[in-house]
Amino acid sequence: MKPSGLRPSNRKATEMLERIEQARKSIHSACEKVGRQIQVMEVCGTHTVSIFRHGIRTLLPENLKMLSGPGCPVCVTDQGYIDVVMDLARRDDTIIATYGDMIRVPGKGDSLESLHRDNIKVVLSTDNGLALAKKHPDKTVVFVAVGFETTTPASAVAVADAAREGVGNFCILSGHKLVVPAMKALLGSKNDKIDAFLCPGHVSVILGSDAYRSVVDEFNRPCVVAGFEGVQILEGLAKICEQIADGRAEIDSVYGAAVTPQGNRTAWKIITDMFEPCDGPWRGLGVIPGATMRLKNQYKQFDALHRFGIEEVPSEEPAGCQCGQILCGLMDPPQCGLFGKKCTPDTPVGPCMVSTEGACSAWYKYGR
Amino acid sequence: MCLAVPARVIEKDGDRAVADAMGNRWNIRITLTPDIEVGDVVLIHAGYAITKVDEEEAKKTWELFEEIAHFEAERLKAKQQEGDRDA
Repeated sequence: MKPSGLRPSNRKATEMLERIEQARKSIHSACEKVGRQIQVMEVCGTHTVSIFRHGIRTLLPENLKMLSGPGCPVCVTDQGYIDVVMDLARRDDTIIATYGDMIRVPGKGDSLESLHRDNIKVVLSTDNGLALAKKHPDKTVVFVAVGFETTTPASAVAVADAAREGVGNFCILSGHKLVVPAMKALLGSKNDKIDAFLCPGHVSVILGSDAYRSVVDEFNRPCVVAGFEGVQILEGLAKICEQIADGRAEIDSVYGAAVTPQGNRTAWKIITDMFEPCDGPWRGLGVIPGATMRLKNQYKQFDALHRFGIEEVPSEEPAGCQCGQILCGLMDPPQCGLFGKKCTPDTPVGPCMVSTEGACSAWYKYGR
Repeated sequence: MCLAVPARVIEKDGDRAVADAMGNRWNIRITLTPDIEVGDVVLIHAGYAITKVDEEEAKKTWELFEEIAHFEAERLKAKQQEGDRDA
């Protein structure tokens, strides 16, 4: 039967299958041309999950390997940061407002969930955090401000609102991170295993695809932005493999529906009005210069570190945990001695197992 | 954390708006997308519209959600029937 004779939904499915087959063929022929092993890092945790869920690895040639990168905000948050959150949560004069993703991440001992305290509130947006502060003027609300360029503008707006409305009992503990300096740090270290990057979709909505210019120019690595559908990931990989086969390194995007070269400039201005880059620890990657965001000096009264007089955030990793190696693409989760034994989604040791977007959690669920 | 949902802006008041995706409504902020008008479809992330999106793209996601909801309902029904049989 010709596609035109099919019902609309079947026609769509046929179109989709044709796109998948086209991308698969391009990947295979490009990888055959290259011959050697190719390693592509998917930077974003949502890509990691999508790659497993759609069974994309089974469609790839043997010499193309996917590495799961440091793009899950929960996974790259340093344990020292979590321990500071725990200390603040144990106080009687605070309310901790957090995105749900952070609730199960263990610090040295407890997680926010296991503390079972009424002052820990899961919120869907920074707006809800600020509303808590207005409702409870006798408490200090600490917003657990983690995430990349996608969540940073929301934190910036909340601080701007708090400053404008005079909500003095609201502050944030900034663990916000920047994606591009981390990608460059991975390439600049001893790690020469990454041939190209599949760049995150929603982070790129804010950043714009041009933000990867320095990765392409300084390190000669292809950077291709993709959305989260399986077919888009395959099409993004096809573009990457074609570039490698041709000896090119360029910026490209298969997520044109939402990503522009210049990104969301309004969001970026709000971020840079309130925050400035500083050196800060990433779990497993150590201190990366200029890859963490802190509030500018004029907003320091909204900085939880300043508010509570915390001078130093200790940095420590759980014993035996290989999340750091995994985030660098130097190890696959099953190679970690704790994986599937001491460390499972029910009893996570490291953050890559806690977060549903973490590489270990995805491997545990889909990859075994 | 990085999930984003497309939804249509149905009301707007300053930098606050109400958005609708398949009958589900949210209060959102459009601070980051000041040019948005009522009727536009936006991508919502952590309570904020982060960009305007193409209607066709949004429809694909909504259809996928519908399919998942349908699948989930079928699964629950099958589970229920199984439970009834065992009881």
